[in-house]
Amino acid sequence: MDKIHIKVSVNHQAYEREVDSRCTLGDFLRNDLGLTGTHYGCEHGVCGACTVLLDSKSVRSCLLLAVQANGSEITTIEGLANDDGTLSELQQAFTECHALQCGFCTPGMLTTLTELLQENLSPTEAQVKSAISGNLCRCTGYQPIVDAALLAASRLKAKLIHSAK
Amino acid sequence: MKPAPFKYHAPSSVEEALHLLAELENPKILAGGQSLMPMMNFRFMMPSNIIDLNQIQELSGIEQRGQTIYIGAMTRQHDIHTSSLIKNAAPIISDAYDLVSHRQIRNRGTLGGSLCHLDPSSEQPCFISALDGTIDVLGSNGQRSIGIEDWTSMYMTPAMLETELLLGTHFKPWPLGHGWAFLEYSRRHGDYAIVGVAVLVTVNENQEITKLAISICGISFAPCRLKVAESTLIGMRADQHAIDVAAQCVDSIEDIMEDAHNSSEYRRHLAKIYTQRAIELAFQRANNTHHGQNTH
Amino acid sequence: MDIIDSKLLAKQAYIGSRTLRTEDTALLKGLGQFVDDIKLENTLFSGVLRSPHAHAKIISIDTIQAAQLPGVHAIYLHKDLPPSAQKRLPLNTPNAAITLVMTQEILASSEVCYVGEPVAFVVADSRYIAEDACSMIEVDYEILDATSDCLDALKENSPLSHTTAKDNLIATLPLSYGDIDKAFSSSAVIVQDIFSQNRGSAHPMETRGYVAEFHKATSQLTIWSAGQAPHLEKKTLIDMLDWDPEKIRIIMNDVGGGFGPKAIFYPEEALVAIAACDLNRPVKWIEDRREHFLSGSQEREQYWNIALALTQEGKILGIQLQMTHDNGAYLQWGVILPYIGVTTTPGPYVVPAMNVDLKMVFTNKGPTSPVRGAGRPQAVFAMERILDKAAKVLSMDRANIRQINFIQPEQMPYNVGFIYRDGKAMIYDSGNYPQCQTLALQKANYDTFASRQEKAKLEGRHIGIGIANFVEGTGLGPFEGATVRIQQNGRVTILTAAAAQGQGHKTTFMQICADQLGIDLSLIDVIAADTNAISMGIGTFACRITVTTGNSVFLAAQNVRSKVFSLAAFLLQCEVSQLDMADGIVYVVDQPHKSKTFSDLARVSQGIPGFSFPKGVTNGLEDTQYFLPSQAAYCNGTAVVELEVDVETGQIQILNYVMGHDSGKLINPLIVDGQVQGAVAHGIGNATLEWMRYDEQGQPITTNFGEYLLPASEDVPRVSIVHLETPSPLNPLGVKGAGEGGTIPAAAAIISAIENALDDASIFLKDTPMTPQRLFEILKKPATAPQH
Repeated sequence: MDKIHIKVSVNHQAYEREVDSRCTLGDFLRNDLGLTGTHYGCEHGVCGACTVLLDSKSVRSCLLLAVQANGSEITTIEGLANDDGTLSELQQAFTECHALQCGFCTPGMLTTLTELLQENLSPTEAQVKSAISGNLCRCTGYQPIVDAALLAASRLKAKLIHSAK
Repeated sequence: MKPAPFKYHAPSSVEEALHLLAELENPKILAGGQSLMPMMNFRFMMPSNIIDLNQIQELSGIEQRGQTIYIGAMTRQHDIHTSSLIKNAAPIISDAYDLVSHRQIRNRGTLGGSLCHLDPSSEQPCFISALDGTIDVLGSNGQRSIGIEDWTSMYMTPAMLETELLLGTHFKPWPLGHGWAFLEYSRRHGDYAIVGVAVLVTVNENQEITKLAISICGISFAPCRLKVAESTLIGMRADQHAIDVAAQCVDSIEDIMEDAHNSSEYRRHLAKIYTQRAIELAFQRANNTHHGQNTH
Repeated sequence: MDIIDSKLLAKQAYIGSRTLRTEDTALLKGLGQFVDDIKLENTLFSGVLRSPHAHAKIISIDTIQAAQLPGVHAIYLHKDLPPSAQKRLPLNTPNAAITLVMTQEILASSEVCYVGEPVAFVVADSRYIAEDACSMIEVDYEILDATSDCLDALKENSPLSHTTAKDNLIATLPLSYGDIDKAFSSSAVIVQDIFSQNRGSAHPMETRGYVAEFHKATSQLTIWSAGQAPHLEKKTLIDMLDWDPEKIRIIMNDVGGGFGPKAIFYPEEALVAIAACDLNRPVKWIEDRREHFLSGSQEREQYWNIALALTQEGKILGIQLQMTHDNGAYLQWGVILPYIGVTTTPGPYVVPAMNVDLKMVFTNKGPTSPVRGAGRPQAVFAMERILDKAAKVLSMDRANIRQINFIQPEQMPYNVGFIYRDGKAMIYDSGNYPQCQTLALQKANYDTFASRQEKAKLEGRHIGIGIANFVEGTGLGPFEGATVRIQQNGRVTILTAAAAQGQGHKTTFMQICADQLGIDLSLIDVIAADTNAISMGIGTFACRITVTTGNSVFLAAQNVRSKVFSLAAFLLQCEVSQLDMADGIVYVVDQPHKSKTFSDLARVSQGIPGFSFPKGVTNGLEDTQYFLPSQAAYCNGTAVVELEVDVETGQIQILNYVMGHDSGKLINPLIVDGQVQGAVAHGIGNATLEWMRYDEQGQPITTNFGEYLLPASEDVPRVSIVHLETPSPLNPLGVKGAGEGGTIPAAAAIISAIENALDDASIFLKDTPMTPQRLFEILKKPATAPQH
C-alpha cells in the first residue's frame, strides 16, 4: 500500500502527514489528526454528517480521499467557535433554539449553514431548508435548526450593520 | 464501508492522464467523486488504479467560443449553476441545477463526470440533450466530437473508448427571448429525478411555435427526445392544445424502463404530466420575454 | 401519592422552565465523545463477515488466506469462541407463551437465518484491512428455502425459517376482556378491514459500536458502547462470558440517537469483548450504515384484521382483532413489541369488550425489536382507520365519532380491561382526552376546513384533513435509580445508569436536583450511563426515564436536602425551621452570617476520625433512590394533519401539522417540544417515505439511503403543539413520558388526510407507506364500495 505525503491546513493549523491512497478525508481528520468532531453516518454521501468546508466550500468528507485535500484549507466543526473559545453566533443560536439533541448530525449542519451565511445574511426559511436538504437529522425534526439559522443570520446582519456605523 | 486498495495517480496534464489511462491496469477516472466514491466505499467498484483529474486546470472552465458555449469536463456543477454567462445564455441549465442533488455534491461534482456516469435519472445529460450539445473526447487517435444523441452506448455507458478522456461539452445557446423549463418529479428535494423534462421553445410574434426541443430523463437509458412532438408542434399556436398534443406523443414512446420502486406505467404517466407542465412554463417564459423586448 | 412537607418543598426555579441544555456546548464545538471518538492506545479494529443469504446451511469456512493478510491479528468463527459464548443469546424478556425460544448466536454455528447474520469476526490493524480480510474468507453455503412473508410462513406448505423448528410460529397470545359475543351480536353496525404497516427502522445518525478494553492485571473489562441500556448489556455479557459481575463495566458517553434499536444486546458487543481479552489489546467495532440496514433492529411489519362493533349512534361496543407480527429471524425482545401494540388499540375510547388473537411469526428477515413508537403506531393506525370507516358508514363527522366514545376525565383512573406489559391491570391514571382533541382541532381550524376544501377544489387543488388519537403507557418500571451526592468541594453529583441519546436527560435531572437544593445548574455534575455509577438499572426505552430517574433524582435530592438541614442545625446549634439554603450555603434566616457551606457540611458528613454523629444524623450528604412506579403512567395526544395531494403524481405536501400533547408535568418544555417535533418526523417517514423492503427470497432490496428514504428538511413541517399538563398521580413529580407521542398517531392522521383529499369517497386507504406510486395505482382503479 503506497503512502503519499500531504500537507493540509485544518482550522488554520498546518499538518504534514503520510497517508494511504485509499484513506478517506473524514477518516484522515478523525484518526490521523484526532479531530473527531466530524462524523461518519453513512459513508455514501447522503446523510451529510461528515460535511466539512474545503477551501470554503461544503463537501462530503466521506467522498473525498485524504490525498485530494493536499494543499487545501479545511474547516471542521472544531474550527467554528470564536478565537477566544466562545460559541459563534450560529452555535449560540443552535443552543438557544434547541437545534441539536444527540449532536451527531450537528457538524454537518453547522458547516453547511456556515457556508450559507457566508453567501447570504438574509435567507428566507425556504432557502435555509433548501441549504440543509442534504443533511439528515433523526432527532430534531429540522425546524429548530432552521430557526437557529434564521436567528443567527439576523444577529450577524445586525452586527455588521452596527459595526459599519 | 471502506474502499478496496488501489494505486493513486494525479496527472497534471491531459496528455499524462491519457497515457495513464492507456497503460494502467483496471483504471478508473476520478472526477468529482460523488458517484464513484460511494460505489468504491460499498466495494461495488474496485479499480486497481485511480486517475484523479482534479489537478488538471485546463479541463475546467466556462467560455463563449464564438456562437457556442463551452464547458470543460471538470467544471464544478456549482460553478455552472452560479455562472452569469450560463444564466443569461442557457437559463435552463441554472434551473436544472436547482434540482440537482444538494450543495455539497454540486461543490465537487462535475458536468463531465455526470455525462460519463450516465445515470438514466440524471438531469445533466437531459438538458445537454435538449440543447443538442456535443461532447469532445480525446484519445490516442486524436480528438473527436460526439453528438449527445449518440452519446449513450448502453445502460450507464457512454460511447467513448476506455482509453479516451472527456474534454468538455459545447452547445449553441437558443436565441434571446426563448422559453425554457426544467421540471422533474422526485420523492424529496435533491433526489434523482424519477422523471425529468427539459423544454426549450421559441415563438414568433403570432404566438406560433418556431422551434421546440423536449428531452425526457428517467424513462430510458438515454435522455429521450420527443421528436414526434417537436416536429408536430412547429407552426402551432403556443397554447393548451399544443400542450395536449405533445403529451399524447409520450404514449408513442415504446419501451419505458422500470425498477422495484417505480413501474413503467407510472413513469409514463409522470412523463406526460411533466411534459405538459414544462411546456406550459416554457410557453409562459417565451411570452414574457417577448413582451416589451426586441427579439431577433 | 406522598404528601410533601411544605418545608421540604423548595421553590421551583428550574422545573417547568425552558432551560438551555448543558450538553450543548461540547457537542457544538465538536468535542463530543461518541464511541468511535474514543481513542485508546494500541486499539485494534474489526469487521464482521455476514451471511449474504436469507437462509442457508454453513458447510465450511476457509479463513487461511484471510488470516495471512498483513495486518490481520485474529479471525473468530463460532468454534473459536469460549464455551459460554457458543450458546445462544439469553432472552432478556421471557414469556410463557413463547413455544420456540430462538435467539441469535453471536456467530452462526451451522445455519444462517437472515441476510446480515454474523458468520466470522476479523480483528486487524485498521477497519480497511478488516474489510479486505472479510472479502477473502470463503464460506461454502448450502442455500435453503427462505420465508419472506409472515402470513405465508403460517401456511401448511411454508418453508421453515429455522430448520430445527417444527413450524414458524413463535407464540400465540390470546387476550380478551368483556363479553365479546354480546358486543357483536347486539351491534347495529360492524365494520371490518385488514391493515398492514411497512417495515422500517429508526436509523439514528450514529450507527452501533463498541470499544472493549481488558486490563489484565486487574481482570477488569470495560466496554464503551453506543447503546441505550448499560446494565442490560452488562448482565448479558456476564452470562455470555461467564464473567465476575464486579469486574465488568459498561459506559455510554455521547450516543448519536437510539430510538429503540440500540436498547438490545447485539452479538458484536460480545465479540469485541472476547477479542480484547484474547489479544490483550483494546478492540473497536463500528457498524457501517449498510450493516445497520441488514442487522440493526427493525419493526412495524404487521397485519391487522380488525372488526369494530357499534351502535347505530356510533358508540363502540367491542373490537375483534387478529394480528400477525413479523418477528424476523430471531427473538430479541420477547413478545413485548406486539403485545404493546394490541393493548394500545382501545386508545382513549371506551371499549367494553375486546378479543385478540395475536400470532408472532419467524421469517428469514432482519430481527425486530421496538423502534420509536414500539408497536403503537400500528395499533393506532388500525383503530383510527376503522373508526374513520365507521364514520363513513354511519355518515358521521370523524371528530364526532371520536368525541362520543372518549373516556371522560371523571372516569379516571380507568381500567381498560387488559393486563399491560408490566404484568399489572392496564389502568389509565389520568388524562383529559376530550379536551386534548378539542384543543387540537381548534388549533387546526378544523371547523372551517370544509370551506377551505371547497375553495381549494374550485382552484383545482385537493386538500384533506385527518385526525388520530393515542394513549401510551410510559414510565415503565421496575425502576431506574439515582444517587445525589454533595461532594467535599461543595459541588453536587447526580449518578445514574440512565442513558441518553439526545433527550437532554442530564439537564432535566440537574433541573430537578437544583430546585431541591437551591443551587444553580453550574454547581451540578451528572454521571450517567455507567454501570459503576449505580448497582442496578434497566435502560432507556418506552419513554421511561423522566418518570423513573426523574423521580429518583427528586426523592434523593429531597432526602439530601433534609440531611443538609439536619446536620447544619446540629453544627449551627439551631432548629431546622430557622434555616434556609441558597447557592450552596445553608444559613440561619435571621442571622445570615451564621452559615455553613455545602463543602463544610460534606466534609463533616463524610466523617472525621473520632467525631461521632449525633442522634438523627446519618453519614454522607448523599442518598440513593430507586423510584418504583406502581404501574405505567399514561400520556396521550391528538394529531390533526392538513395536507394537499397532487392527484396527478400522488405526491403530498403537509400544509399544517397540529399535535395536542399531554405528558403530565413538563420539567423542560424546550426539550419536550423538541421530542414532539422530532417524533413527528419519524411518523412522517413511516407514513409516506420509509420502506424497508425484502424480496420473496428474503433478500433486502433497500440497503442504502438512496433507496430507503428518510424525511429531510423539506419533508417535515413545523409542528404546532398544544400542551396539556394533566399530572400523573402516580409519581411525586406528576410526569409522564414524552419521546414517542409525536410518532404514534402520525401515519393514521396522514393517511386519513390523504384519503379525505381525494374526490372518490369510496376509496379507503389501508396500508403504509402511502407512496405516490401506490396512490397512483389506487387512483387508477375503478371505485369499490367499502365493506360493511
